[in-house]
Amino acid sequence: MISHPTAAELFEAIAAFQATPGDPSDPRQVFLARVTDNARSTLAREAEHGARLETEALARLRTLLGQDGEFARLNARLCQALHDGTISPRDPALLAHLRATAVGHIAIDQPGYGGLAALGAG
Amino acid sequence: MDVAAALDRLAPRLSPKAAGVVSPRRLSGGASLETWAFDLDDGTPLILRRRSAGTALRDEALPLVSEAALIAAADAVGAPVPRVVHVCEEIDGLGEAYVMRRLEGETLGRRIVRDEAFADVRPGLSRRCGEVLTQIHSVPTEGLPDLAISDARGELARYEAVYRQIGAERPILEAAFRWLEATAPPPPEQPVLVHGDFRNGNLMIHPQQGLVGVLDWELAHLGDPAEDLGWICVNSWRFGEWRRPVGGFGDYDDLLAGYGGEISLDRVRFWQALGSLKWGVMCLMMYQSFATGADRSIERAMIGRRTSETEIDLVALMESAA
Repeated sequence: MISHPTAAELFEAIAAFQATPGDPSDPRQVFLARVTDNARSTLAREAEHGARLETEALARLRTLLGQDGEFARLNARLCQALHDGTISPRDPALLAHLRATAVGHIAIDQPGYGGLAALGAG
Repeated sequence: MDVAAALDRLAPRLSPKAAGVVSPRRLSGGASLETWAFDLDDGTPLILRRRSAGTALRDEALPLVSEAALIAAADAVGAPVPRVVHVCEEIDGLGEAYVMRRLEGETLGRRIVRDEAFADVRPGLSRRCGEVLTQIHSVPTEGLPDLAISDARGELARYEAVYRQIGAERPILEAAFRWLEATAPPPPEQPVLVHGDFRNGNLMIHPQQGLVGVLDWELAHLGDPAEDLGWICVNSWRFGEWRRPVGGFGDYDDLLAGYGGEISLDRVRFWQALGSLKWGVMCLMMYQSFATGADRSIERAMIGRRTSETEIDLVALMESAA
């Protein structure tokens, strides 16, 4: 599951913005309204692709770590293995997982981001 | 505080021909630092930078009087900066503040990398950035205000501590910390004045004259000159023009040729990757101010979702180095 912020936190922030009256001609308000639109689009993409991406990420984690478990637990385990050096940051299997993870996240957060095209070209 | 009235009183000290100011207006800016644009009634275009009353100095940010001293020091070696006109004193009634010349040009990266208006200067910008960084890094460090000293390992440790404190579990960032730790260059023999935020947004670009001003010196410190060269290559400031690694407008070769010093591309690429990692941690930090309730704006929530842009860039950099 994507966190920092989670989808629930984004819904909450959108609702809070809508509930707060503001001067629509104030540049700050215009900016925040645009950010809110972006948040809605992000949530729509997450609703469409989030569950599938997590299922795929879980399958990759199980293979990479040779363990069973839910996504959050295995993801935490991978972080720990990287932190303590059990898995090298140059490990090809790790890099394949990280690439797929990054591509999945950016597809939700910022599908137009140049880094996606750059990764495809590299 | 009535900034406009205080500026009116200050006007004669800013220019002997001036009796007051015309149309002072606050530009959008940070919550703790205000930027005001105004003109003297003799036509001189100026900018006021001041710390809002009651806001504490952030850990890393320099006091404004130090910022003004650094701009003046960069000016003295010929680097393009807005000339400092006046550092405010208590009698001016503006708090911690200084006044500088207002330069003409554009800071918005999206326009600089794409608009037709900048097509003529874009081809030379990367080389020019290298030349200007040579100037900034040549500023004699004796006599500068007190500045933090940092190097690659120190920066990594500092940002890893912040990341651990946030408690996020991001395998790409974890991998990047270990990868960069293993490849970190030794500290420079002689630490130089590093601007610390040399990127689109802080560079004033004129459609004919190119880079006319390096702005926002609040993150300046002493350190590795490659830090500034790497930071402007971070993909997050290329505004979609990812094929042009230097700010979305130029190539590494031109940047290094303009710099003319002995900095290797590898060292620049290391700092570029560390720059992406730092920006990723900063995005998480800004999200955290939403999560803790310090700032519940949707902006703070959404910036957390920019962490993934740094992650995809880090994966590309790790793959190309593997």
